[in-house]
Amino acid sequence: MAIELKMPALSPTMEEGTLAKWLVKEGDEVKSGDILAEIETDKATMEFEAVDEGVIGKILVPEGSEGVKVGTVIAVIGEDGAATTPAPAAAPVAAPAPIAVPAPAPVDRPIAAPRASDPAIPAGTNMRQSTVREALRDAMAEEMRRDSRVFVMGEEVAQYQGAYKVTQGLLEEFGPKRVIDTPITEYGFAGIGAGAAMGGLRPIVEFMTFNFAMQAIDHVINSAAKTNYMSGGQMRCPVVFRGPNGAASRVGAQHSQNYGPWYANVPGLIVIAPYDAADAKGLLKAAIRSEDPVVFLENELVYGRSFDLPELDDHVLPIGKARIMREGKDVTIVSYSIGVGLALEAAEQLAGEGIDAEVLDLRTLRPLDREAVLISLAKTNRLVVAEEGWPQCSIASEIMAICMEDGFDHLDAPVLRVCDEDVPLPYAANLEKAALIDAGRIAAAVRKVCYR
Amino acid sequence: MAKTGSSRKTPAKVAAGDENFALRSLQDAHDANPRFAASDEQLLKFYEQMLLIRRFEEKAGQLYGLGLIGGFCHLYIGQEAVAVGLQSALDGGKDSVITGYRDHGHMLAYGIDPKVIMAELTGRGAGISRGKGGSMHMFSTDHKFYGGHGIVGAQVPLGAGLAFAHQYREDGGLCMAYFGDGAANQGQVYEAFNMAALWNLPVIFVVENNGYAMGTAVQRGSAETHFHRRGTAFRIPGISVNGMDVLEVRAAAEVAVAHVRAGKGPVLMELHTYRYRGHSMSDPAKYRSREEVQEMREKHDPIDAAKAELLKRGVAEDRLKEIEKQIRSQVNEAADFAENSPEPEMSELYTDVLVESY
Repeated sequence: MAIELKMPALSPTMEEGTLAKWLVKEGDEVKSGDILAEIETDKATMEFEAVDEGVIGKILVPEGSEGVKVGTVIAVIGEDGAATTPAPAAAPVAAPAPIAVPAPAPVDRPIAAPRASDPAIPAGTNMRQSTVREALRDAMAEEMRRDSRVFVMGEEVAQYQGAYKVTQGLLEEFGPKRVIDTPITEYGFAGIGAGAAMGGLRPIVEFMTFNFAMQAIDHVINSAAKTNYMSGGQMRCPVVFRGPNGAASRVGAQHSQNYGPWYANVPGLIVIAPYDAADAKGLLKAAIRSEDPVVFLENELVYGRSFDLPELDDHVLPIGKARIMREGKDVTIVSYSIGVGLALEAAEQLAGEGIDAEVLDLRTLRPLDREAVLISLAKTNRLVVAEEGWPQCSIASEIMAICMEDGFDHLDAPVLRVCDEDVPLPYAANLEKAALIDAGRIAAAVRKVCYR
Repeated sequence: MAKTGSSRKTPAKVAAGDENFALRSLQDAHDANPRFAASDEQLLKFYEQMLLIRRFEEKAGQLYGLGLIGGFCHLYIGQEAVAVGLQSALDGGKDSVITGYRDHGHMLAYGIDPKVIMAELTGRGAGISRGKGGSMHMFSTDHKFYGGHGIVGAQVPLGAGLAFAHQYREDGGLCMAYFGDGAANQGQVYEAFNMAALWNLPVIFVVENNGYAMGTAVQRGSAETHFHRRGTAFRIPGISVNGMDVLEVRAAAEVAVAHVRAGKGPVLMELHTYRYRGHSMSDPAKYRSREEVQEMREKHDPIDAAKAELLKRGVAEDRLKEIEKQIRSQVNEAADFAENSPEPEMSELYTDVLVESY
């Protein structure tokens, strides 16, 4: 039986080429691996190898032919030297249409099930004061007691007790097998953490700050976030990357960036950025239990703040659910992380002026609780986004887009955003203060959308 | 991880006068006994596996030429003895394997069905990643094959992480992490070496040195071209191995595996090999001469060598012919399956982004 040799595609984009030279002639015996011809593409001259054994029967496209379409039969091989019947002499062979992909029928995105609400806190539950730092530590300790696969690794997490003391006491309780000091090697240990998760463990990888995680962002995104999809759902990567994010105080540009928008851009990741102690604890526990990779963004300036924390045996909160921190009817302020505290402060100021602001804490940046934003907007008809971070391509931009796409009819004023100034964070105290978001600026934006 | 706490080296232990630091001991052991004493049946099996990879890859190249495979496609032709020799020494029930984007051969060497691999190459729903990974992103958790990674060098810390999981669970397994001579220049490789040695992880790092990082010859891209020495700074013993002889590869693998299983920490193997085809399908290979390729093909081919040895041992030629025929039909069947299977359902666009619903 004759085997047709077709003009090969030699690059992802090649559609036609020049058959520059035949290195075999009719009647030659060839075996797999022999070079048959040289073909010029728009980029290079490539060698065309035989895959099958046999005798070259007929050469249908002579050397020097230009514009030979991919898929055109250029020669035939007869197997085992059997006489070949050449294909009916070279009537120009209609090349199969080069990989024309038909436009796929549109597919509706699956509609997400309604998000679970926070579990009700039983009446009579004792509330105690806890710092965010302690709440995070307690979340890790509880999950480590519950699941032996959970361990924590990072720089100074064990003997030093955490650069910001978030892992304080964990080494003592869980020992060096589960509380692991790493060398200063973010790319390496982020990869080891992701690999350990692929191997069935539940790593918590602490970055001393997310600024240093830029050295490791390849593993967060390319290894952790994409693998489940690329493997058709075979390979999970249930790792938590956590640490402080955003501006601290007087540490300059390289230690002060908010990476929320960067990670929230990536499908395959869960991104959480809580504000108070109860959310920090409940969401970190949920993050550790999640089968998906989670980026958990904390804030150094909030670590030491104390909040009410319900004393429950197992305080776990739903991922992907925003929370109304303060009810109001005149305007909505959407924020997350440290911005929530500033928004609440602004709301207090505004209350004295007769403006009743609702404050919505997104808590999770991916998946984003669009519904909560739109419900609040439908109620107040005015919205301001407050974000401690740069304005361009930010979470604030995203919230504004959501309001335009799905909340336009509810808007009585343009949505405004209050973000940090669009500059690397300066060191000098006065300049730093000028660059960062504050309650006064949020209040000013609220007055503007309320036309006051 | 029985020894995690105690095995971490303290600075005092690393000081001079450390007699246990036997950097060349594995090379000496390998040199003393360089070829695995395979039975005829074992050698036949290796021959069969290598030939399957060769024929599979040739077919993949052909399907690429026909436009049935898109994007990047990196063939393993010439390097077959490496994956076959090394993986034959592993315990498939507990050991894990991870590699880069030139991954078809490693999967075939692990006995993964050629049909689902080829169907992944053609982007079909029946592919091992449901058509969503492609040539560079294939996985089989059933076979403890963890990819298939497209970012050069990323599989090295991931492999150390898999080894960490073996140690943590005390399951007796080890991880074999493959990478190329090009990836060997990535910084993260050395971050992984450091932690693997520091924590005594059960990992075999394998440099498949095929002479070229894409189009850059090793001596143009590497200050130290003896890659097996690159663990020295981390006290990781190295072995330099002829990667064109499956029995030498297997013998070296046994030395490495025994070292790691004995709890002595990571090993770095360098396999000297050669790829006959370009870096990827769209590589014109103008950085080397045709004569150089022909020389390797004609004088050092691992499959021809295994065949010659089998014939010399008195294995009937008919039996080899039968194997060749059977492999051709297996590969043709895989190609037919890959060509005729439907593309993924459109609903697959949205599946597997996240595991859970939120």
